[in-house]
Amino acid sequence: MTGFRTLLYKELLRFWKVATQTLTAPIVTAMLYLLIFGHVLEDHVQPFPGVSYTAFLVPGLVMMSVLQNAFANSSSSLIQSKITGNLVFILLTPLSHWEMFNAYVLAAMIRGFLVGLGVMLITLLFAKLSFVAPLWIVLFALLGAAILGTMGLIAGIWAEKFDQLAAFQNFLIVPATFLAGVFYSVHSLPPFWLAVSHANPFFYMIDGFRYGFFGYSDVAPLTSLFVVLLFFLVLSSIAVTLLKRGYKLRH
Amino acid sequence: MASIRIDQVRKRFGALQALDGVSLEIANGEFFGLLGPNGAGKTTLISIIAGLARADQGSVRILGHDVVTDFRAARRSIGVVPQELVFDPFFTVRETLRMQSGYFGISANDAWIDEILHELGLTAKADTNMRALSGGMKRRVLVAQALVHKPPVIMLDEPTAGVDVELRQTLWRFIGRLNREGHTVVLTTHYLEEAQALCSRIAMLKTGAVVALDSTAALLKRISGSQLVVRLTTGSLPASLHHLLSHTEASLDTRQYTLRVNHHDEVEQILAQIRQSGLAIEDLQLHQADLEDVFIQIMGGRQ
Repeated sequence: MTGFRTLLYKELLRFWKVATQTLTAPIVTAMLYLLIFGHVLEDHVQPFPGVSYTAFLVPGLVMMSVLQNAFANSSSSLIQSKITGNLVFILLTPLSHWEMFNAYVLAAMIRGFLVGLGVMLITLLFAKLSFVAPLWIVLFALLGAAILGTMGLIAGIWAEKFDQLAAFQNFLIVPATFLAGVFYSVHSLPPFWLAVSHANPFFYMIDGFRYGFFGYSDVAPLTSLFVVLLFFLVLSSIAVTLLKRGYKLRH
Repeated sequence: MASIRIDQVRKRFGALQALDGVSLEIANGEFFGLLGPNGAGKTTLISIIAGLARADQGSVRILGHDVVTDFRAARRSIGVVPQELVFDPFFTVRETLRMQSGYFGISANDAWIDEILHELGLTAKADTNMRALSGGMKRRVLVAQALVHKPPVIMLDEPTAGVDVELRQTLWRFIGRLNREGHTVVLTTHYLEEAQALCSRIAMLKTGAVVALDSTAALLKRISGSQLVVRLTTGSLPASLHHLLSHTEASLDTRQYTLRVNHHDEVEQILAQIRQSGLAIEDLQLHQADLEDVFIQIMGGRQ
């Protein structure tokens, strides 16, 4: 077994052993959003022609679940290991910065996928979904999960207390996902807030992902893909550099 | 080739110069002791050797592999038992050891894992979750984790702090066996009798610098003879005996004196002089100088 595969296995086993909290709970939360917002807004809002609000909401909720859980996985694993001190067992080994990066991010992606898949399967009971361009769906889900897994890694490296990590999550990740057009089409916004939304990288992840379902999007999917790819490259080079330098990990 | 070669290592944490130009060479197969009071820099030095910290200046090589530029080979060559009692609460003992093997690229390691579990008295706990283990058992797992990859160099940072007699004996029996089989062992401890019994060579660290580096036997020779501890009922020691007073130990008890004795027949002369001065002895002890005396002398000598 290589070091990378072991670390990946450990990261998967870690969340699998507490699946109620790491998989079931976020799926239930997403269901609640769907039931409540779908019930309240179904008859009032039609974001795209011929697409019901509930159907519009599903891809947004799926992607939000993928993103938030990918972030939660790498960030909480790292901060827990740092605070309890057992990160030393990884730092003492010949694992390279690339192996650590790949294992943490891939495990985060897999958790995000499992939650997203769970949300999607259950929502199929409530809403009729179309899958116009499945490849785009997979591509954006992959990239979105990788980006948030990487952000989780960076946040986990940077944070020294659970408190700081919670701030990162509550003041950055949650607003950025909520304001990225999960619950609405950004074209319904006044011009100023539309421009702000376009500056939010999370918007492109969700917009591109939704395009795969309906063939409609607020911006061209290729534009979204470019923005999302660029964002991932920047973040992953930051994360790999931090790991290589041992920033806040090796003193 | 040296097992560990430390060359002019310096490390500063803010205003604190934790290591101030430490150089050491530890030979293959040695049982080496790294001693010093709290804050002397022992753990910092171990962290730098293990790659947990980085030196500001200087270099460390393990079996010729630089711990920074050739970290993969260096870390494969060394097993470190950290001082802090840390564990991953998600896993059982066996899962922990299998994963630790995997990090070192070893897949089928169960035969060796079983042997380590047996040697450390952990076999019955193999499938117990780490959370459910007592402190002593967790300490054993820490040692086991450091040994999964059969490292040629084993480094133990205060492995017996707060540990019961049974574990200490189990641990030293196993580590002693590994040392006889050719593994180099580096040990830090505050139990000096332990270091005296186990280590063939010792370095003493004080405020980030090596203040003594010699074989244990040579260090013990620095304090020859024995010490006579006399406690008087009243009065103070006759002036004629003051030249024998040992300065190695500051006594809290003003009526208690520690005197250097080179030959046992000197004891009688000392007692006679005390009697002649009309003083009475309340308590009397004679003890052979040990590593603790050497340690106190060296640490006290350069304040």
